[in-house]
Amino acid sequence: MAARSTLTQSNMAGWGFALPAFALLAVFIILPFFFAFAFSLTDQRLISPNPTRYVGFENYERLLGMNILRIEPARDDAGQIVRDANGDPTYPRVRTFTRNNPDLPHLQGMREWFGWRSGDDRVVVLARDVLFMKSLVNTLTFVIAIVPLQGGGALLLALLINQRLRGINAFRAIYFMPVVISIVVVSLLWRFIYDGNDGVLNNILHGLTLGAFQPIDWLGRTDTALASIIVMSAWQAVGFHMVIWLAGLQTISPTYYEVATIEGANKWQTFRYITWPGLRNTAVLVFIVITIQAFALFAQIDVMTNGGPLDSTQTLVFQAIERGYGKQDISGGSTIAVILFFVVLAISLVQRYLTRERT
Amino acid sequence: MAEVNLKQVRKSFGDTEVIKGVDIDIDDGEFVVFVGPSGCGKSTLLRMIAGLEDITSGTLEIDGRVVNDVQPKDRGIAMVFQTYAIFPHMSVRENVGFGLTIAGVSRDEKDRKVMEAAKILQMEHLLDRRPSQLSGGQRQRVAIGRAIVRDPSVFLFDEPLSNLDAALRMDMRMEIAKLHKQLDATMVYVTHDQVEAMTLADKIVVLRDGIVQQIGAPMDLYHKPANLFVAGFIGSPSMNFMDVAVRQASAESVTVEAPALDPVTLPVASGEFAGGGGAKLGIRPQHLSVVEGNTGGALHGRVVLVERLGTETVVNVDLARGGNIVAALAEDRPLSVGANVALSFDPAQAHLFADA
Ligand SMILES: Nc1ncnc2c1ncn2[C@@H]1O[C@H](COP(=O)(O)OP(=O)(O)O)[C@@H](O)[C@H]1O
Ligand SMILES: [Mg+2]
Repeated sequence: MAARSTLTQSNMAGWGFALPAFALLAVFIILPFFFAFAFSLTDQRLISPNPTRYVGFENYERLLGMNILRIEPARDDAGQIVRDANGDPTYPRVRTFTRNNPDLPHLQGMREWFGWRSGDDRVVVLARDVLFMKSLVNTLTFVIAIVPLQGGGALLLALLINQRLRGINAFRAIYFMPVVISIVVVSLLWRFIYDGNDGVLNNILHGLTLGAFQPIDWLGRTDTALASIIVMSAWQAVGFHMVIWLAGLQTISPTYYEVATIEGANKWQTFRYITWPGLRNTAVLVFIVITIQAFALFAQIDVMTNGGPLDSTQTLVFQAIERGYGKQDISGGSTIAVILFFVVLAISLVQRYLTRERT
Repeated sequence: MAEVNLKQVRKSFGDTEVIKGVDIDIDDGEFVVFVGPSGCGKSTLLRMIAGLEDITSGTLEIDGRVVNDVQPKDRGIAMVFQTYAIFPHMSVRENVGFGLTIAGVSRDEKDRKVMEAAKILQMEHLLDRRPSQLSGGQRQRVAIGRAIVRDPSVFLFDEPLSNLDAALRMDMRMEIAKLHKQLDATMVYVTHDQVEAMTLADKIVVLRDGIVQQIGAPMDLYHKPANLFVAGFIGSPSMNFMDVAVRQASAESVTVEAPALDPVTLPVASGEFAGGGGAKLGIRPQHLSVVEGNTGGALHGRVVLVERLGTETVVNVDLARGGNIVAALAEDRPLSVGANVALSFDPAQAHLFADA
């Protein structure tokens, strides 16, 4: 058959056209993916005179090693608890347990991550790599905050935009605009918005509160830096997900809405019984895409805070790159990348399971 | 139970007028079918009754109350759509009870009403299934169930059987007829299928291009079509039309003639044919019969197509003196293609229409 022969011929041509892109993908995405796994089991450095050694899971232990230490309060010779001026017990310093303590060799080199009081004792969570733990927590915080913020915000915009109103296309374009601007440019611009002295945000708040508001250095404080980056990131990509929601909304048959009209459903009931169930597949896509993108948080950090202040905006990818290239510790960076891969994989599988089709 | 009255109802989408001044009176408990070719405005008209489309001008009354500006849910109507529009993520029970869920009816009452509707439609055993586990006919039953639960005074159906295969369509047609008897509600039914219209309706409204062509009982439309369009639309196979010349017109009869037809006198009032000139003669295929021999006044021709249905034999005949005619002969006739036949008809059963 003629159709068949053209198909087989164009198949060859098709592969020919695909080859350059495929080769680039292989060199820059597929190979590095496997390299990362391999490097994470070695002590590979970017440039080093020493030969590479296989080290097993040592890199993983160095990142993930954790321990809990219960510290009893210091006591005087009479066995009484020594208390400070506030009446709180005093404790021996953590480093007395983790530095050259012959009784506790497994704690050697660990540092305090966080701790709390339990009775008179103090419980301390030790981590072998506190910086890694901080970036893990920051990254998870970022993900947990941005998924509802960006996904929900995008859905809200999509619902607003999915109406037949005059000039609605202008709004569609405006909401989508930040998406086509590079995140680096957006980050640079938002540095002006967040600026501590003469930032746009401070000026607006100052004006709105008639001068009562005291300027804040949004990116320079540990309690506002990550939140500021979350808000900016949500704003930047909200238009992209809005378009995906919009596509989902338009696949819902108008007849369903007519049924709702005839039954007298109000706006919320219509959303709950028709729109949201109709968006289920779209929701899975949007939430997984946002999650994956959120875990890759890097450019905003690199441009805006460099992980600071006081490591309050350190993230996994930022650390991976910092270690791999900044410190030339390729194996350490690769290990972080591999851990990140499994975290994202696990979360995506859980999300898929939770949003599965129930019959 | 309610009457529905449309008075000079019009509908425009932008500059295009789709419904052009329609007057229809639907009695309480009547089964009315809107029929017409695709695009003639049947659905638009039905959706205006439902309140899904605004009425551009004219008035719509349900049960004596003008409802032009009344919300659909307050009109006492329920609608069944061609695509069923049942929700895939809900069980049959939830689908049937959807209106009650929306209205915030108590659980017990909902269960009771859903069960009641399910009994009427004999689908109690389906209640816990998902729509994906149902056949087309069962889905349509669910959609009808959802309408019944609303306890409407007027049921609106928009081509509810068009997505079903032929055998199922016939079953469901009978179900709907039964349902009408059982519920005794006013029903308005839209279809492009004249067989559905003829079998279901108490009263048929024939529409064309947004204009009512004729309103009447099925047999009125069949025997006394008001115009060429209705004559051609109602009945299957369609009526044969032949251009004829009026030779003579008296008070009670008109004599016509055509190249293929020797002069024949029809017992119709001369009226519009008094001036002579051209007209259209309409003969239903069922009113033609085969005559033996070279009878004068008959239509002679050669069979070009035979469809033997057992109960009926439909033959397509090329007339010797020009033209083509379809005859539906009672019972099975062993006619073959190429055979020469002579067909005749009873002038009392023929129709005469003025040239359009
Ligand atoms: N929302 C609409 N906007 C514009 N034109 C419409 C709309 N709905 C229907 N029409 C037009 O109105 C006419 C009648 O449509 P419809 O009532 O659906 O026909 P039917 O149901 O008889 O097939 C068609 O020509 C159709 O194109
Ligand atoms: Mg229609």
